[in-house]
Amino acid sequence: MQFIEEANKKVLEIIQNAQPTLVGMGIAKDVVPGMHKHLIMHAGPPITWDRMSGPLRGAVIGGLIYEGLADSPEEAEELAASGKIEFDPCHHHQSVGPMAGVVTASMPVFIVENKTEGNFAYCTQNEGLGQVLRFGAYGPQVIEHLKWMEKTLYPILKEALEIHGPIDLKNLIAQSIQMGDEVHNRNKATTSLFIREMASSIVKTKSSKEDQIKVFDFLNSNDHFALNLSMPASKATMDPAGKVKHSSVVYTMARNGTDFGIRVAALGDRWFTAPAEIIDGLYFPGYGMEDANPDIGDSCITETLGIGGFSMATAPAIVQFVGGTPQDAVNYTTQMYEITLEESNSYKLPPMNFRGAPTGIDIRLVIETQILPVINTGIAHKKAGIGQVGAGVVNPPMKCFEDAFEAYVGLLDQEGLLE
Amino acid sequence: MSVNDLFKQDLKVINMGLESFYEDLTSQKVEAIQVQWKPAAGGNQKMAALLGRLKSSK
Repeated sequence: MQFIEEANKKVLEIIQNAQPTLVGMGIAKDVVPGMHKHLIMHAGPPITWDRMSGPLRGAVIGGLIYEGLADSPEEAEELAASGKIEFDPCHHHQSVGPMAGVVTASMPVFIVENKTEGNFAYCTQNEGLGQVLRFGAYGPQVIEHLKWMEKTLYPILKEALEIHGPIDLKNLIAQSIQMGDEVHNRNKATTSLFIREMASSIVKTKSSKEDQIKVFDFLNSNDHFALNLSMPASKATMDPAGKVKHSSVVYTMARNGTDFGIRVAALGDRWFTAPAEIIDGLYFPGYGMEDANPDIGDSCITETLGIGGFSMATAPAIVQFVGGTPQDAVNYTTQMYEITLEESNSYKLPPMNFRGAPTGIDIRLVIETQILPVINTGIAHKKAGIGQVGAGVVNPPMKCFEDAFEAYVGLLDQEGLLE
Repeated sequence: MSVNDLFKQDLKVINMGLESFYEDLTSQKVEAIQVQWKPAAGGNQKMAALLGRLKSSK
């Protein structure tokens, strides 16, 4: 149908021409639209406290303690259940968050501008691995680390960025994809390039040498630091696509640990949800599927753009980590071309003979071929605070796509566009 | 080309449908490719009907 093809062409132009750029940092309550002291943003589609999974509840508890709204986990749980706290998806506030994705008013965020369309996206700083809020940990050391990130890491990075000037994230990601990152589960190259880019500016800040050393040590110890840059870069790229009428392209995929949700351009802000899947992956020693929380996090915004699991072929270093072989990775990427409309003009994959990343998931193709998007992801323990217990490959539930497709055809019918 | 001529040369087989045909050939060392074919929407009639509505409109 001509008008669908034209709408999708417009969406693909928006995606291909996007210029996600790191332009600065700020405190969430000052820069994130709609943020306030009693709002907790979370990953995935909307969810109420009573339906939240363990890791998300843990992160909410930690967020309330971090904000000084509760003094103990018990008090935080009571407050969370009282109705006095507003919960809303990061995606409703131009933001994204990995795993539990909890963002509160005082947290520092990266500010990413899509220079082509003029829209913004926000994401917190990545905390590293181990006992961290995004896996639902809320102990004193977690809060202390978050405070260090707010009081030391953030001011130094913010000042350094002001000295350095904006960083072209499209360029950074395109380079790191050439270096073996798919920028979802492997972010080592992107993080390394970010450190290299920022090093002299960090040294030029007014901070003490001791603090600068701590910042460098932290960045160097955290291979996933740049995930919190590739995610808002993807979000800033995809958001304007969601405003194109009649397009059948998926512009959001996200999970809250209970539900998986997608949004399709033609259907605007409407979420199509189904229960999130348990991940069949590779578990750390001592853990198994029985310990796993269902799929969680906004990080599959990378796959929505066509990187992450869609570009697995370019990241052979992590295929064993997610339970596969390099050939499996090539197969995943090859399959994703079946449900996407174009190849990226910027994110080129060396093992695919420099084909561009599969770009623009079309719900019509997902329904016709029954091929689901491939997402590579970390696995959170179902109990709050234990952390990551494995990693693997997961698909969204087909029901999200079936319901969205039915609504899409229904919309076109309602508008008198079908014969 | 007549059928008899066809069988005088090395066969290049693409099999679509029942995989056992492909397996029989490969077990006899005949090079073959299995096409992973599925009906539209995997046979889901409701989804296939919706796809049909889109395809029949201009």
